[in-house]
Amino acid sequence: MALTKADMAEHLFEVLGLNKREAKDVVEMFFEEIRVALEEGEQVKLSGFGNFDLREKKQRPGRNPKTGEEIPITARRVVTFRPGQKLKSRVEAYVGPER
Amino acid sequence: MMKSELIEILAREQNHLAYKDVELAVRCILEQMSSALASGERIEIRGFGSFSLHFRPPRVGRNPKTGESVALSGKHVPHFKPGKELRDRVNQAYQDELARIGQNTDDEDNEDVQASRAAASVS
Repeated sequence: MALTKADMAEHLFEVLGLNKREAKDVVEMFFEEIRVALEEGEQVKLSGFGNFDLREKKQRPGRNPKTGEEIPITARRVVTFRPGQKLKSRVEAYVGPER
Repeated sequence: MMKSELIEILAREQNHLAYKDVELAVRCILEQMSSALASGERIEIRGFGSFSLHFRPPRVGRNPKTGESVALSGKHVPHFKPGKELRDRVNQAYQDELARIGQNTDDEDNEDVQASRAAASVS
């Protein structure tokens, strides 16, 4: 089961006592404001969690996997995530699914 | 943008909520995300992206000072895959930026500009 926005809103309702509407709005806006900052070309640093960085990629040759036809992949800007030290060490301890 | 700035923006937009509550909410969201990943659970946010774990197999590393080899056990690392909306919005803003820069530099060759100048000189 994956964690979703609905789970996060439910958690804010239970733990902080925000009403359901407020909890849903806060979660929605949390992700929207990160998108807006990245859209404006700004890096987002969430200490303890990680950084969302932007990288500019030059145009490079590509291929249509279906037809094999060569088409250039145009220059673009992409988002990358660099987990922070704290998150990395918490995740490292995860041993894997129980078999 | 840092966590504190994100909290300020959210507090301004949700002005019926106390600043303290917004601050707690942001911490709460990030803690829930971290602990989900720490227990091997994926995070899926439509239009934003998904977080999952990637496994790095065990390998033999080297102590850079002594050159001695050390066995390193396998581990998991967090991985983020941006969602379509995030990818498209970030790239579209970049393309718009590129187009703006391009327009400023080749204004002289711009046919519309030349046409309007010609029209201005006639009248």
